[in-house]
Amino acid sequence: MSGTIMSAADIHRALTRIAHEVIERNEGADDIVLLGIPTRGEPLATRLGERIASVEPGFDAAASVGAIDITMYRDDLHRQPTRPIGSTKVPDRGIDDRIVVLVDDVLHTGRTIRAALDAIKDLGRPRAVQLAALVDRGHRELPIRADFVGKNLPTSRRERVDVHLSEIDGEDAVMVTERGDK
Amino acid sequence: MKHLLGTDGMSREDAVLLLDTAAQMAATQEREVRKLPTLRGKTVVNLFFEDSTRTRISFEAAAKRLSADVINFSAKGSSVSKGESLKDTALTLQAMGADAVVIRHSASGAAYQLAHSGWLRGSVLNAGDGTHQHPTQALLDAFTARRRLVDDPEGKGLDGLTLAIVGDVLHSRVVRSNVSLWTTLGAKVVLVAPPTLLPVGVSTWPVEVVHRLDHAIDRFDLDAVMMLRVQRERMTGGGDAFFPSPEEYTRLYGLDRSRMDRLPSHAIVMHPGPMNRGLEIAAEAADSDRSVIVEQVANGVAVRMAALYLLLAGEEAA
Amino acid sequence: MSRPIVITNVSLYGEETADLVIADGAITSLSAADAPADAVTVDGSGLVALPGLVDLHTHLREPGREDSETIETGSRAAAKGGFTAVHAMANTTPVADTAGVVEQVYSRGKEIGLVDVYPVGAVTVGLAGEHLSEMGAMADSRARVRVFSDDGKPVADPVLMRRALEYAKTFGGVVVQHAQEPRLTEGAQMHEGIVSAELGLAGWPAVAEESIIARDVLLAGHVGGRYHVQHVSTEGSVDIIRWAKSRGIDVTAEATPHHLLLTDENARGYDPRFKVNPPLRPQRDVDAVRAGLEDGTLDIVATDHAPHPTEDKDCEWAAAAFGMIGLETAVGVLQKVMVDTGRLTWRDVARVLSETPARIGRVDEEHGRPLAVGEPANVTLIDPADAWTVERDGFASRSSNSPYIGMELPGRAVATFLRGTPTYYSARFQEVAQ
Repeated sequence: MSGTIMSAADIHRALTRIAHEVIERNEGADDIVLLGIPTRGEPLATRLGERIASVEPGFDAAASVGAIDITMYRDDLHRQPTRPIGSTKVPDRGIDDRIVVLVDDVLHTGRTIRAALDAIKDLGRPRAVQLAALVDRGHRELPIRADFVGKNLPTSRRERVDVHLSEIDGEDAVMVTERGDK
Repeated sequence: MKHLLGTDGMSREDAVLLLDTAAQMAATQEREVRKLPTLRGKTVVNLFFEDSTRTRISFEAAAKRLSADVINFSAKGSSVSKGESLKDTALTLQAMGADAVVIRHSASGAAYQLAHSGWLRGSVLNAGDGTHQHPTQALLDAFTARRRLVDDPEGKGLDGLTLAIVGDVLHSRVVRSNVSLWTTLGAKVVLVAPPTLLPVGVSTWPVEVVHRLDHAIDRFDLDAVMMLRVQRERMTGGGDAFFPSPEEYTRLYGLDRSRMDRLPSHAIVMHPGPMNRGLEIAAEAADSDRSVIVEQVANGVAVRMAALYLLLAGEEAA
Repeated sequence: MSRPIVITNVSLYGEETADLVIADGAITSLSAADAPADAVTVDGSGLVALPGLVDLHTHLREPGREDSETIETGSRAAAKGGFTAVHAMANTTPVADTAGVVEQVYSRGKEIGLVDVYPVGAVTVGLAGEHLSEMGAMADSRARVRVFSDDGKPVADPVLMRRALEYAKTFGGVVVQHAQEPRLTEGAQMHEGIVSAELGLAGWPAVAEESIIARDVLLAGHVGGRYHVQHVSTEGSVDIIRWAKSRGIDVTAEATPHHLLLTDENARGYDPRFKVNPPLRPQRDVDAVRAGLEDGTLDIVATDHAPHPTEDKDCEWAAAAFGMIGLETAVGVLQKVMVDTGRLTWRDVARVLSETPARIGRVDEEHGRPLAVGEPANVTLIDPADAWTVERDGFASRSSNSPYIGMELPGRAVATFLRGTPTYYSARFQEVAQ
């Protein structure tokens, strides 16, 4: 299974659906704070905030969307070349007693989310933490699941999932390649 | 990066990475919980052959906020007089499994030797060696200036800025580190000192040299002025003195209100500390709005966190 | 007495080829046809024969620092380097400032018998630079001291230097100066210049050497004593000596192999093997020292062989001892810098490493003699094609503080004969073993 799995339109539809699900699950958007995980979780969180605001006019997207860098919380730092540290932006509304929705592009082993949960713990104490992922490709190594998923994508470990977003890559697409294809 | 020994030879890319990483570290220090788990299980040894409580606690705070274990090893008194102690100490630290050694030593080159001798495998951070280099001090100076003087600083250097460093250039490791770093980052550096306090080889440095502070203020559009600590003992002592008297030094090189008022309005005043108020810097300058001296101290922790992170967090060098 | 030895087809002074017949401690013929029947014959093809080398500047460290060198290990190193005579500096513990100490060193050298050890006497008592030592007693002792030096320290007091120059004339002595203005070099670690400014090491200005030489040659000109400058390292020093000679002042001077080859750039790695007094200088000075040696301004090459135990070099630069060993590498370095570059011939090498140092040290009845029939068989055989890499574990010296470790040198001594006895021979000359 190789090639483009989600088109720009697919991504658009998935984010719109997730926006509705977030509102529905939380009975509104009053306490919602969206934290994108860099790099590509950040623009996804921004887009999701805009969708939510278009459905719930009272939702102040600018004050409710932020970013959370998890580099310093990773458990595999010593196995990788040194990573540059991304930025953490806590939204103006803060996260204490809010419902934090973590936003990432691909949910895989779950280790990134574990690190994000640790990072959130150091920033404050939300009422609840939920997880939205554009793609869930399986192969979890920790007891973590997503609350909102754009597309479930069964993959083999040998495959590689690349999410492209226009803000960073100039186009919207989700692609699967065999490792070594490139 | 395996070691941080000096700013000479440091690429612009690495220098900017250090400053950007320090910015992220500084941001974490404004949170409720300032401790990060990043270096859990790593051991950082502060090996100080020279007293410097300020530098040591800055490195200690940085390591602890990244959750590293910190061992303070004060080896004062066993340094140059009995040379083998550096080697023996290094072998001891190696046996104890130090992942990084922060070394402060009165002998120029001690950090370089520790890193290249094969005595130990960990990373070496130079916290000041003799009159050679003090890279984290220069990085925190550059970081402080970039924050104050450069809009939207992430990813940027110090291009187009002019820094004056005033005082004892001859004996200063801070100057050597700052000259390399600021020029690498695109700034112009003006050294202001009497010829007795300049090294003979200074003519080959990429700097402007001026012998009077007033001339520096008149001739250059200074964005930052860094006042160096004057060691009183270097001023006296008959034929050994580098300068006739403290009073004459203050007259020619002290930063007082009138000199400060002649600086461009945005210019900042820096000092690596500890200050001699009334000698190289008047209280009215040290405590003015232009002074970033307290910020320098706070930024020191962030810069040292960044250095420790970049040296220790990545995969082990093969 | 050793068995007679014939070295065939050897190039005398790098010039004409001959056979060296050595018997009863002397050169008996230049033709193998005259060799005694029981002579050992070795093939000297491709080798250069020079009169046994003479070092005017060696530290043997005994008595006092036998952990770095002894008269025995130093003699072995000297023989291996091609030397048949060395002048052992006075900065031992106790200092060689009495007849007793110099006689002890002299007889220990004789006892070992690998090289003639000529003790240098201290100019001042305890090298303290205050009172003249009893030069006369040392001169009249069995050691027959003719060379006087406070090496390691300068004779800084101008009056004392004047007196020493005058007094040494009594017995034909030469006052040998370690030229270093002490006030200008307090705490100094390396040459003061571009590199020291970068490395943050306290600088050692060239003028600290030059000012003392200038003063001393003027004094020597005034009082007429015999004056010799050790380890000349700067362009200014060479110029001053050239000027003094042009004025007819009786001054001689030496260059060391390391000041002919290495520069202050070598200090960049803070490796204390490159820490030496006087310090390594910039290329401009090295060029001037080479030119001075080439045009005769500098009369001789002397090693300043200065052994130090590992712990005195395996440490911070500032804590490390000054000095480097040099006996075993002198020939190779000189060949690399001066001979292979065409600046000196092997005939010149005989002059600067044997004849002239023997004359300055007043040992020229025994050493630095012509390679001619009837002369003492003090002979060094050099293989100029035997390129070798200097190795830390390869020294005969007790110490290994050599700056040349890892460096390739183009040639070396392969056999040394002291009054006909082989004191060193490489594997090629196994047959000469008696």
